Amino acid sequence: MPETFEPLIIGFTCNWCSYRAADLAGTSRIKYPPNVRLIRLMCSGRLDPTFIFKALASGADAVMITGCHPGECHYIEQNYKALRRYLLVRRTLAQLGVEPERVKLVWASAAEGLHLAQEITKFTEEVRALGPLNWPKNGGFHGEGQELIASAVDPSQEVEEVKA
Amino acid sequence: MTINEHKPLERIGVYVCHCGTNIAGIVDVEDVSKWAGEHLKSRGVVIARDYKFMCSSLGQELIEKDIKELGLTRVVVAACSPHLHEKTFRTATARGGLNPYFCELVSIREQVSWVHTDKAAATAKSKAVVSGGVERVLHHEALEPLHVPIHPTTLVVGGGIAGISSALEIADAGFPVYLIEREPSIGGHMAQFDKTFPTLDCSACILTPKMVSAGSHPNITLMSWSEVTKVDGYVGNFTVTIRQKARYVNTELCTGCGICQEKCPKKVIDDVFEAGLGYRKAVYTPFPQAVPKYPVIDRLNCTYFLKGTCKACEKFCPTNAIDFNQQDEDITINVGNIILATGFNPFDPRRMPQYGYGHLANVFTSLEFERLCNAAGPTNGKVVLRDGVTTPKAVGIVHCVGSRDQNYNSYCSVICCMQSLKFAHLVKERTGAEVYNFYIDIRAAFKDYEEFYQRVQEEGTHFVRGKVAEITTAARIPSEEGKLIVQVEDTLIGKQRRIPLDMVILSTGLEPRSDSKEVAKLFGISCSAAGWYIERHPKLDPVATMTEGIFLAGCIQGPKDIPASVTQGAAAAARILGRIEQKEIELEPIRATVDADKCSGCRICNDLCPFNAISFHEDTMVSEINPALCQGCGTCVAACPAGAISGTGFSDIQVLAQLEGLLMLNVD
Repeated sequence: MPETFEPLIIGFTCNWCSYRAADLAGTSRIKYPPNVRLIRLMCSGRLDPTFIFKALASGADAVMITGCHPGECHYIEQNYKALRRYLLVRRTLAQLGVEPERVKLVWASAAEGLHLAQEITKFTEEVRALGPLNWPKNGGFHGEGQELIASAVDPSQEVEEVKA
Repeated sequence: MTINEHKPLERIGVYVCHCGTNIAGIVDVEDVSKWAGEHLKSRGVVIARDYKFMCSSLGQELIEKDIKELGLTRVVVAACSPHLHEKTFRTATARGGLNPYFCELVSIREQVSWVHTDKAAATAKSKAVVSGGVERVLHHEALEPLHVPIHPTTLVVGGGIAGISSALEIADAGFPVYLIEREPSIGGHMAQFDKTFPTLDCSACILTPKMVSAGSHPNITLMSWSEVTKVDGYVGNFTVTIRQKARYVNTELCTGCGICQEKCPKKVIDDVFEAGLGYRKAVYTPFPQAVPKYPVIDRLNCTYFLKGTCKACEKFCPTNAIDFNQQDEDITINVGNIILATGFNPFDPRRMPQYGYGHLANVFTSLEFERLCNAAGPTNGKVVLRDGVTTPKAVGIVHCVGSRDQNYNSYCSVICCMQSLKFAHLVKERTGAEVYNFYIDIRAAFKDYEEFYQRVQEEGTHFVRGKVAEITTAARIPSEEGKLIVQVEDTLIGKQRRIPLDMVILSTGLEPRSDSKEVAKLFGISCSAAGWYIERHPKLDPVATMTEGIFLAGCIQGPKDIPASVTQGAAAAARILGRIEQKEIELEPIRATVDADKCSGCRICNDLCPFNAISFHEDTMVSEINPALCQGCGTCVAACPAGAISGTGFSDIQVLAQLEGLLMLNVD
């Protein structure tokens, strides 16, 4: 029997809603697959699209973005900005030849531990069906052309001065 | 090349918590710590330990000792959620002599051991999480908490017993309070009740002195017939706009004599205070003990507003206080903290047609029954049928109406059992009728409640254990003619029963206010799917919310009885008083800053900020962030095309380093 593919998913969570939902899923002992690894941000608006490309280029098979429901943002409206970036990222991925379904946006309030767990479970299965991304091996971050990509995503590099 | 490849190394201590068996039951914590010690050595890990309870004083001492003896410069604790113990471990780090922000707490409990079942996978994920923490902590900076001054005034929204209690606590301590109430009078639901369980105190007798104190307290500005329409600002300094609805009564002239109410020719069914059983006038105070004493004119029903003539109230008012030209007024106030105490709505039993409320006359709601019992109510306290004269001989009380029911609300409304027992006692006392209580379980927790249950049993009330299937007038036998027949399975004898009764009281549960979601948005806090507001921690902080400076009291957070509402109101007040006394509050120093040398002056960030914290300097052509206004969401950081904005605590490099760690890119 062939070994089933276990996808690796990076999840970006908002400190006020979805990270709390993940906490709630934990305290409620709701089970979901261990394929997701979470990073806490203060807001889904903090999500730099670079983070998503970096995750995919460095070995993640998919990225889950989570934030407060529209209208419920802790910072008034920043989740709308996350929504815009999400749509752009999906379009960009398609142009790069990567399935846009590898990036998913989920709204989850602090009370929705069960909802978040269900979405993670669902997404894990969806990504499992898509199969491995293997971007690093196919010229991604640690494959060929890594220098190029590294310079594109390395924020520590000096920014060229632009005269005002 | 990875981000941290050339990062100068720190001396890192890794601490993996067992949390008893909470973590160790699923995650092989010894393996995780051993692995971190071996495979993250090149990342700077000089010591990795596992310990039964890292949050215990012995666990914390481990960290302190290692910082001092091993010269650690960074600390990573793998334990519970940062929302629980981040502060604990930062404090321990600080005691060891390091800046507290050199500690990173990663969650392997809420996000690993409690949600996964596969031990090997959970252990592997824990290693990745620890690796993420180690990479991230390399980029932590020494930070100082922000100090925000606290405006000494507090806003209390909602003038029920919870709001009144909190307002009085703060006012008695000597600080100013704005108490805002939507209805013409404070008092809330408690003002409608006749007796309170389990002591059978007269509700009005214990409430009205509190209402009077709140109304006349020199430190309380009471604004009834008012609603909050806008909230700006943050903890310590909120700017709140309140709409004072037009009363059409000049409160500076009105003496509350009540002549206008006497002379007003227009009778209106009082759906709010009298629960539809009684009448009020078009100019009215909801009840005689109303605070404030000033009436309001209900312009939807006032003859003058409808037809242009009448003005009886104006003619008879001895102080010329009636003012038909009054307009709604917006008032802006500054407050340091806010207590939300907006209460509940009773469940509407029309949603359960099987119980007949609305088409079977003698089916009453609990609020209707409270008004029937009340000596100041529409029947002067006589318990009679809907015809207003007949005393019932057999009365049924149905528990859990709308509660503990998957079709309506799955939660228990907490107060209904005790309320039903109180009703049973009152019916017996007032009418001598046979009383049947139909219950699922009796929940008589808390002081003296069980004793009250026993007392009601001894009074001869019949208790039928079973959920009522239907209330009908369709008689099957002559003795059922003209009666309300309750169809119920008596689960204790295992039989279906049909019990003919004269009157049925539906002990309706509590629901969130119908506008709770809009109000939550107004104040920038979150509520559950049902609509109850979410507290900061369900056990350890049931008073605060996730938004600093906003607190909860009473049923807004979930169903509760009067003592619990009073307690929560006082607790919220105590929390705020502590802050007012301190004059300032420490906040997380998560703020964004612009590097003026890198800023190209593109102004993309300027419009992204919802707090108007970013301003553009025309002379230097760069943007600048005002740290007092910045809330640290990081949207501008993510948007800056020049990488000129950095977000403290969540910088690009910190997030990317954690990402690489989670993907195990740097592991030996």
